[in-house]
Amino acid sequence: MRFVDEYRDPRLARALADAILRRATRHWTIMEVCGGQTHSILAHALDALLEERVSLLHGPGCPVCVTPLETLDRALALVERGATLCSFGDMLRVPGSRRDLLGARACGGDVRIVYSPLDAARLASEQPERTVVFLAVGFETTAPAVAAAARWALERGLANFFLLVSHVRVPPALEAIAAAPDTRVEAFLAAGHVCTVMGTAEYEPIARRHRLPIVATGFEPVDILEGVALAVAQLEAGEARVEIQYQRAVRPDGNPAARALVEEVFEVVDRPWRGIGVVPGGGLALRARYAALDALRAFPELAEQAPRESAACRAGDVLRGAIRPPACPAYGRSCTPEHPLGAPMVSSEGACAAYWHYRAAEVTA
Amino acid sequence: MSQPSCPLPIEGDRVTLAHGAGAGASARLFEELLWPQLANPALGARHDGAVLEAGGARLAFTTDTFVVRPLEFPGGDIGSLAVHGTLNDLAMCGARPLALSCALVLEEGLPLSTLSRVIGSLAGAARAAGVPVATGDTKVVERGKGDGIYVNTAAVGLVPQGRALRPDRVRAGDVVLISGPLGAHGAAVLSVREGIAFESEIRSDSSHLGDLVEVMLEVAPELHCLRDPTRGGLGAALHEIAAAAGCEIEVEEDAIPVDEPVRAACELLGLDPLFLASEGRCAAFVPEADAERLLAALREHPLGRGAARIGRVADGAPRVVLRTGMGARRLLLLPAGEPLPRIC
Repeated sequence: MRFVDEYRDPRLARALADAILRRATRHWTIMEVCGGQTHSILAHALDALLEERVSLLHGPGCPVCVTPLETLDRALALVERGATLCSFGDMLRVPGSRRDLLGARACGGDVRIVYSPLDAARLASEQPERTVVFLAVGFETTAPAVAAAARWALERGLANFFLLVSHVRVPPALEAIAAAPDTRVEAFLAAGHVCTVMGTAEYEPIARRHRLPIVATGFEPVDILEGVALAVAQLEAGEARVEIQYQRAVRPDGNPAARALVEEVFEVVDRPWRGIGVVPGGGLALRARYAALDALRAFPELAEQAPRESAACRAGDVLRGAIRPPACPAYGRSCTPEHPLGAPMVSSEGACAAYWHYRAAEVTA
Repeated sequence: MSQPSCPLPIEGDRVTLAHGAGAGASARLFEELLWPQLANPALGARHDGAVLEAGGARLAFTTDTFVVRPLEFPGGDIGSLAVHGTLNDLAMCGARPLALSCALVLEEGLPLSTLSRVIGSLAGAARAAGVPVATGDTKVVERGKGDGIYVNTAAVGLVPQGRALRPDRVRAGDVVLISGPLGAHGAAVLSVREGIAFESEIRSDSSHLGDLVEVMLEVAPELHCLRDPTRGGLGAALHEIAAAAGCEIEVEEDAIPVDEPVRAACELLGLDPLFLASEGRCAAFVPEADAERLLAALREHPLGRGAARIGRVADGAPRVVLRTGMGARRLLLLPAGEPLPRIC
């Protein structure tokens, strides 16, 4: 498969890893931001290839993981009220305070997986007797599609389509991690797909202020190793620039059409991230023009939620890169993919799920 | 908005779709709820069908219910699938089919033209296999209580003397072969269900394996076990065999054949082809001495052209190990529930 196989070439990967080990004169700590990168790193054991010279910290880039429990509880409340809730598949097994969306569906709730927010809007248009709510979570990657659905719904004057918005923005989270007094991060591998949409300009001030190399990086093994190689080269040279490894997808100004759409529909707000706390400027909310689509405005009673986090789960520490999943006392004991306590254990981008699938069960050759 | 009534808490006390997905939850439902109340030696063999001794003959008996949505998909429909799936379960026991049954659950409002097409296809598949539909039943449920058509088929067959295909015969040293590229059925159904158009149409691999199995047993009478990787895919099938045989199964990720369009669909949808259903493939567990001869014979058969050697059975705890393209060894774990498409 073009654009996939060549980036999974084991020989090329090994050569890149060797070059990194030769180049590094000391040990460096680099955070990969996106959960997709974390899964790739663990699936292909890239961390083991580099461990002599580079520690990889796993970042907060799992949209499902950072969606506040409160938002999930609101989605569950909507289902219990008889709304049709549409969401990306990843969200369905994430534990809410009382249950997950799959459980709500087993109880007769109408919960549907869609691949595109536009599918949810179309469903609302075709079945006007239904109240259709799209659970709009995700980073800047999914925001343009949600913005397109919002515009589509507004243009048609749909009265039965709503968005429960919990969109988050990556750069403010990197700023928060870099600014933390106990941070160990010396360079970031930024999430390639977010940069495909947004470009790299937002990272310039972070790189400058904190003297950190930031490399917009792809998701296949060769991408990630090349991203690490670029970051290590900068670190060794004492540089701190924004660089693009994922050149086949990322332009410095991103995708201007998608950015304009996001800009038209959303405004930047402060937003709590699950496990991390309020990130200033860390979220997107519907602009006033689109307020009619806001599920929270249409169903104000939803605001009343008393989310109950598991006391044992240390998802927040995992998401900040403060601990690796196996250091959590619940990991693999009270928390497994079949009985998850926190979102990182269920999401296909969650760090705990990555360790469970690729590492906890590691076998010796 | 009306409220669905559901007493809380509900943790774990209801059937979810995961119970039917062919992976971990399905296995637990069987072991914890069904098996304790139904236990008997034939069911205990945990094979695709039961083999019963009757009047000096060995009778293979199997049943399967088909709830696929949409009813018609590229490469087949629920009618032909209901014949292929059930006859393949017999074939996995080494049995030659005698007769099929067909029970239909129809939803009020289903167009008769749809029903006619599906039954035409079911009849065609049965004719092609040379097996009569000897008995049947039809029920109609109220609109909204079904999904158009559900089909249950059962089949009986005879196991010729000297054949013993069973998971517990699999042993260390056996070679694992697969009769062709995996996952085309699952990908074909998903592509129409999700309304995703791919550059090249993915067609279901649904087909009857009876003739292929006869050829396999001819060239390799010492064949230990066959399993068709339907729901839950090859991953679930290997887990079942490893558990029944009490052995470790190691497979090479890069040796497992998956057609390009299926791989591309999986990349796009965030799914793993190892857990996608095939409806016209089988995995064979065969002694090393017969492996190459069997592989060559498979490749000469129209349904086995893409056959490949994918792994080996070893001494060790019952588990499935995947050797990745990058050379790492990891456990192949069953997904916790239905495969869910990812967010980005």
